[in-house]
Amino acid sequence: MTAPTIGATRPLSPFGWLGIPSLIAVGATVLLGAPIRIFGFALPEPVLPLALAFAWALIRPSVLPPFTLLLLGLFLDVIWGGPQGLWPLCLLAAYATVLAARRLITGQDMIVMWASYGATTAAAFGLGYALMTMGSGDAPSLLATGWQYLATLLLFPFAWWLVRRYEDADVRFR
Amino acid sequence: MSLRDGPFGDIRVPLTWSAAAALVIAAIIAAALLLGDRRETMKAGAYDTARRAVDAVAGPVGGTISAPVRWTHSGLDYVRGYFDAVSDNRRLRAELAQAQQLRDTLAAVQVENQRLRAVLDIRTDPPLPHVAAETIFDSRGPFANTRLANVGRDHGVTEGNPVLSEHGLVGRIVGVSDHVSRVLLLTDAESRTPVLLVRTNGRAILAGDGGDSPKLDYIRSAMDLREGDRVLTSGDGGVFPRGLPVGTVVRGFDGGWRVQLDSDAAPIDYVQILLFTDFAQLTDERALTPKDLPTAMTEEPSQSILAPTATNALAPRAEKSAVKPGGQGARLNARKSAGTAPVAAKTLASSVKAAAAAKPKPAHAKPAAAASQP
Repeated sequence: MTAPTIGATRPLSPFGWLGIPSLIAVGATVLLGAPIRIFGFALPEPVLPLALAFAWALIRPSVLPPFTLLLLGLFLDVIWGGPQGLWPLCLLAAYATVLAARRLITGQDMIVMWASYGATTAAAFGLGYALMTMGSGDAPSLLATGWQYLATLLLFPFAWWLVRRYEDADVRFR
Repeated sequence: MSLRDGPFGDIRVPLTWSAAAALVIAAIIAAALLLGDRRETMKAGAYDTARRAVDAVAGPVGGTISAPVRWTHSGLDYVRGYFDAVSDNRRLRAELAQAQQLRDTLAAVQVENQRLRAVLDIRTDPPLPHVAAETIFDSRGPFANTRLANVGRDHGVTEGNPVLSEHGLVGRIVGVSDHVSRVLLLTDAESRTPVLLVRTNGRAILAGDGGDSPKLDYIRSAMDLREGDRVLTSGDGGVFPRGLPVGTVVRGFDGGWRVQLDSDAAPIDYVQILLFTDFAQLTDERALTPKDLPTAMTEEPSQSILAPTATNALAPRAEKSAVKPGGQGARLNARKSAGTAPVAAKTLASSVKAAAAAKPKPAHAKPAAAASQP
């Protein structure tokens, strides 16, 4: 059996693993922000870039994802009208958590990965909750936070697909 | 010479370390932005260019996305109208009978109201101009509850304008672009609204927390609260006009008092923005800061302002101070100079003592008059 070579791998272009998912996240966020009620219920409002923070840290360590997450977080703050800098910090916290535990998470079953994703997302929401509490002097609604967390948790298949799509793209990072 | 040819060419930094370094830099930038955020200050300069630009782009995009859905809803309503015609007819007949009774009651109440107003000579509030708008983007998360409305500076909208739906107060404007404005909803975690309870005339602060029903904080006479109490804006602080409908008091899951918002009764698709300039905006902070302080009116130590008699010396100065232009700014100056001119205060104190000794009058009356002197 011959060892895999760099030449045998698919190229990992930044636009492919960073650019396109970012555009999908931005487009979906704008789409889900439409003031529409279906059967009396508003559309869910998941934090799509959290799925990207999880997947990007697993695919490979790189200089680009933190800055891409910074931009995506700023976009969320501006489009949702929240405090500027809140979501960038939450996304970067999620990315840092996964990057630190990368060796433990990589290659695990889907269920374990989902649980890891849930824990990472919870850490990000926890940080956001703490920052908002400190900023406004009053704790945000746990129920509202729970709903958004749940909606974000359901985005795991998107993160899973991204990881599966690119994790073997460069054998050095297996 | 490239970097690889230099002495540092052989140094290889592990990718994880470089990623971590990038992470730290990005986090520092984000933290700096968060610390410098001025979302809630509600001043014209606080809503930065980036937010304005994104709002300006997001407005038409949101409008375009929501338009087909609205058309579909309208079409479905049209078709549903045929199927519901019979039941609607019955319901409308019943409502008509009820409305006729209400009309009679209304006429009686109007007459009574006119008489009472005439008796009390109450001046009605000036009618507030308003603009109608359509909401085109909605954020509903726990950390931000805002909406974009499709009117902006071109329609005269400014920061602080109250926003109402057909049922009640929705929030207020916190950012304005040329054609789009950002509405901070009452449910936002940073929204604070002074309200009053109609039954008891008690005051409270309506504090959003990202949930559907904002909390009632700082309730005066909390023991008197009951579920179902009507809540209106109190007008305290001048941000909202008094008397705008807000909602109804309910018990929350946590046992605290909350408000079921009137505006929740229907989707907030169309809103009314009152072009109400709040008192805070009328106040120019820089104008309140004294630019040219009045000349220090210190007395010469050798002379007393009360000589030869205390009343003669104080009365003309009080008159002069009262007619001096400058209003509140002048009063602030007076307070400020009273607090920062120990020489004058000392002189006045000694003069008042002399006056009290010269003319036996209640001692507390004179110092109060003297303290208002610059």
